[in-house]
Amino acid sequence: MARPITPFLWLLFSAGGTVAALFFPVHLFLSGLAVPLGWLPAPSYERLHALVEHPLTRLYLFVLISLPLFHWAHRFRYTLYDGLQLKHLTALIAVLCYGAALIGSALAAYTLWSFS
Amino acid sequence: MSAPAGYTPYHPRWYRRRVSVWWWLESRSYTGFVLREVTSVFVAFFALVLLWQVHALGQGPAAYSRSLARLQTPLFLALNGVALLFVLFHSVTWFNLAPTAMVVRLRGKRVPDLVIAGANYVAWLVLSAAVAAILLRG
Amino acid sequence: MPQTVTLSVARYRPEEESEPSVQTYEVPFRKDWVVLDALNYIKDQLDGSLSFRWSCRMGVCGSCGMTVNGQPRLTCASFLSAEPPGPIRVEPLRYFPVIRDLVVDITDFLTKLKKVKPWIVRQDEKPLAEGEYLQTPDQLDAYKQFSMCINCLLCYSACPIYGLEPTFIGPAAIALAQRYNPDSRDQGSAERLEILSHHDGMWQCTFVGECTKACPKHVDPAGAIQQYKLTSATHWFKTLLPWGGR
Repeated sequence: MARPITPFLWLLFSAGGTVAALFFPVHLFLSGLAVPLGWLPAPSYERLHALVEHPLTRLYLFVLISLPLFHWAHRFRYTLYDGLQLKHLTALIAVLCYGAALIGSALAAYTLWSFS
Repeated sequence: MSAPAGYTPYHPRWYRRRVSVWWWLESRSYTGFVLREVTSVFVAFFALVLLWQVHALGQGPAAYSRSLARLQTPLFLALNGVALLFVLFHSVTWFNLAPTAMVVRLRGKRVPDLVIAGANYVAWLVLSAAVAAILLRG
Repeated sequence: MPQTVTLSVARYRPEEESEPSVQTYEVPFRKDWVVLDALNYIKDQLDGSLSFRWSCRMGVCGSCGMTVNGQPRLTCASFLSAEPPGPIRVEPLRYFPVIRDLVVDITDFLTKLKKVKPWIVRQDEKPLAEGEYLQTPDQLDAYKQFSMCINCLLCYSACPIYGLEPTFIGPAAIALAQRYNPDSRDQGSAERLEILSHHDGMWQCTFVGECTKACPKHVDPAGAIQQYKLTSATHWFKTLLPWGGR
C-alpha cells in the first residue's frame, strides 16, 4: 500500500468535484426548484421508481452521492484548517470529515442496494 | 522554518506580524477563494438531499409524495435556491481552473486553456441536457 | 500633473522600537519614475537611514520585492503614475520576518529551495565523450515557463497558506521542482516527489491562485503545483496496480 494517502484523497476530491460540477446544477435545478415550483411536471412515481431500480441508475446515483461527499470532506477539512486556523485539531477534523463522507457513502450504498 | 533566533546585540530582533483569523476578508481575491471553498458545504447538502429522495422513493408512493411536498416548503426552496447559486459557482470556478491542472499536449504544442475549459463547458451542457431528458420524459 | 507624491514607508528599527512605525516622505512625481526611484530619492536626498534591497532595477534579479499599496510588487516595476492618487504605502514583503525597515529575512525560502534539489539530477552520468544532451524545442517547452523564476518571493507574499502555515514549502520552491521534473535531462523526479509528498509539500496548497497573479515573470506557480499534484496522484495510482513499477 502506497504510504502517503494524500494523493488518493486528492483524486477522490477531484473526481467528486468533477461529478458535482457536471451533474449537480441540473439535478438541483430540476428537483430543487423547477419541479417544486411547478415550472416542470414531476416524473411519476412509477416511472421514477422503475428508472432507479435499474442497476446502471443505482450505480450512477451511488457515484453521484458518494464522490461529492468526499469532495466536501477534503475541501472542508482544509477550509477549517486554514480558514479558522484550527491547526491543533487537525487529526480530529480529518477523522470527522472523511468519516462523515464514509458514513454517507455507506448509507447511499445500503439504500441503493436494498432499493425495491 | 528559519533557525530559532537567539537575539543578541549582533542578531537583530526580527518583527513577525501575526496573521489575523480574518485574513480572508483582507482582499477580494481571498474572500472569493473562501466562498469557492464554502461551495463544498452546499455540494454535501445536495448529495444528502439526493440520498433522502432516493430513500423516500424506495419507501413507496406515499413517501415519495411527502418528499415532493417537503421540497415545496419555503425553507427547502430557499435552501435549494441558495445551494444552486453556490453549486453554479463551484461549476464555473472548477471548469475555469481545470486547464491549469490538466495540461494536454497535442503534437508537442500545449492545447490552449480556452479549449480545455470550453470542452468542460460543452460536456456540462450535453450531460445536463441528457439528465433532463431522461428525468422529464414521461 | 502633481509635482510631488507622498510615500508612506514602513520603518522598523529594532534597536529603537519593538513595533514597526510609518514615516511619510514627499517625493518628486516623475511620470517615468517607479517606486524604487522614489525610495532611492529618499535615501539619497531625504533620509539616508532608510534600508531596502534592490539591484538590477529591471525586473530580473528579484531583490526589490515589497508590498506596495497592499500588493506584493517589484518596486522597480511599479510606476508611481500607475498607483491611484494619494499616498503610496510601501511596506516590507508580507509573511516574512522583518529585519529592518523594508528588509526581510528570506532564509526560510532558501532552505526550502535547497530541499527540492533545483538542479539536474542524474542517476547515471553521461561521459563527456558522448557529447551534449540534445533537446528539441518541444522538450524545452515542457519546462521553460517554470525556469523563468527570479526568486523574488512575491508569490510567497501573496499566498495566504504560507502566511498561515510557515512550514509550507511554498509556490516558488514547488514550481522550481517542476522546472526540473519534466526536463528531459533530469532523472530526479522520484527524489523530489519523495520530498514534496510530505505534509508540508504540495498537498498543503489549496489552489488559491494568488501566487500566479503576483508573479512578475509569468511562471504560473499555481499551474506547476496542480500539474505536480496530478502527476503525483497518477504515479500513486500506478503503484497500486500489480504491474505498475515503483
